[in-house]
Amino acid sequence: MMYQIRDLHLSLPDMTRKPILGHAPQMNILKGLSFDIPKGAVLGIVGGSGSGKSTLGRAMVRLLEPTAGQIMFDGKDISHASEDELRPLRKRFQMIFQDPMSSLNPRRRVGGIIAGPLRLHGVDVSGKVDEALEMVGLPRHFATRYPHELSGGQRQRVGIARAIALRPDFILADEIVSGLDVSSQAQVLNLLEELVRDLGLTLAFISHDLSVIRRLCSRVIVLRNGEIVEATETVKLFDTPQADYTKELLQAIPLPDPGQTWT
Amino acid sequence: MRDARADVRRPVGLRLWLSGGWLSLLTLAAIFAPLIAPQDPLAQDLFLGRLPPFWESGTEPGFYLGTDSLGRDVLSRILYGARLALIVALVAGTLTCLIGATLGLIAGYYRGWPDRIISRFVDIWMAFPPVLFSILLIAVLGPGLVSIIIAIVIIDWTRFARVIRAEAISQGAMDYVASAQVAGRTKFGTMLAEILPNVLPTIVALLTLEMGIAVIIEAILSFVNLSISTDSPTWGGMISEGRISVHQAWWVLVFPLITLFLTVLSFSQLGEGLKDRFDPVLR
Repeated sequence: MMYQIRDLHLSLPDMTRKPILGHAPQMNILKGLSFDIPKGAVLGIVGGSGSGKSTLGRAMVRLLEPTAGQIMFDGKDISHASEDELRPLRKRFQMIFQDPMSSLNPRRRVGGIIAGPLRLHGVDVSGKVDEALEMVGLPRHFATRYPHELSGGQRQRVGIARAIALRPDFILADEIVSGLDVSSQAQVLNLLEELVRDLGLTLAFISHDLSVIRRLCSRVIVLRNGEIVEATETVKLFDTPQADYTKELLQAIPLPDPGQTWT
Repeated sequence: MRDARADVRRPVGLRLWLSGGWLSLLTLAAIFAPLIAPQDPLAQDLFLGRLPPFWESGTEPGFYLGTDSLGRDVLSRILYGARLALIVALVAGTLTCLIGATLGLIAGYYRGWPDRIISRFVDIWMAFPPVLFSILLIAVLGPGLVSIIIAIVIIDWTRFARVIRAEAISQGAMDYVASAQVAGRTKFGTMLAEILPNVLPTIVALLTLEMGIAVIIEAILSFVNLSISTDSPTWGGMISEGRISVHQAWWVLVFPLITLFLTVLSFSQLGEGLKDRFDPVLR
């Protein structure tokens, strides 16, 4: 198992209800999630806004610390590991962010952005940047460009290149196509599909859009208000959705013919 | 694919050239003041008092911008005054920037208790009236170059701390910081390698502005006779002396004033010009 998550709880202080004196009340965002991600699987995490899917993702790569419960990565409990303990593991799980404009340092060249994680883990950089650029379908001379000189789709490819350059075992993709137009979306999804196949990656793909999940993922978990309402294979989810919330999400997919349904 | 970025002509940075040119000229003048100054800046000769600048009648050769009421050459005094002005600008500006920017960066990036301590400190500090504070400080420390520099640093570091803190907070919320953490970069390493390059343009702009302000503060202190002893000419000192005889000899006041004005203006424009020229995001 790549990930085993048991009864995960996470709460953050709710600053909007903070009294003038004293501490802000805690807001429960994740309320006891349990699921597994087997090696080589592509798991979709879907839910509306505010369902806690990004928080879950950030807890999985330990940008956030869970309040209770367990996160096991490849058999190791990382739920409360310190940053120093996590560092050697960090090269094995990477993340691709939603907004590449924010996740790529605007004052670094693309080459430096991709080489950054490699250097941090003492990997020999030579040739790796070119290789990573090639794998995501960008020309080599892009290494000398700044992020603002690229298009949205190209930027997101740089984000992917940075994540795969370290050859991680697991990648978390947090709403990575939601900021792109439809044709760039398709290209980025194709690319991700290829990479998962070629590199044998395990992937968790967070999205609010079930039609994107359908293309990519073998299993899906549906989140609502920090709880899992349905966890099943993608095919089953589309054929026989169980929870009412899942049905709502399915109905929200725009179809070319309004009379048509998914079944 | 052809890279066409080299074909894009960037407008010549007139701002950068003019301000940089004036400041280089002034630096050279300050360094070589003993060689190029036509007269001894301290030599008094009451027979040569209040000579007008060269284009008016009744001048003596060698006194291009006239003399003050004690017969001291205005041009030579401006040249020697540039030494002090530039030393104060560079040293006080840099020190202020280092202290203020470091504290601001730490407060804005680490937040939590370092931020609370530094921010409270800044708030309290800024409640003191700056000019009075500096006069008081010099009175305690005793006049002199070092005192002026200390006074400027102590008064102005808060400007840097505030601005850089705000900038660091907004940069710290960006995903590239989270991304650095995912990559395994330490918190301190992230501050230096990721945040600092992004607040650097602001730091440079503030630094050059601060150099101009340092020149002004030095002039103000000279004006109230709290700068350096009258043995070394300063622009502020000249302005304050020229004020007394402005109706008889306007040049004693006007020439140092113009020099001061151009220098302060050049410093602030230099910052903007450097930003336009070297910030990759604005290119």
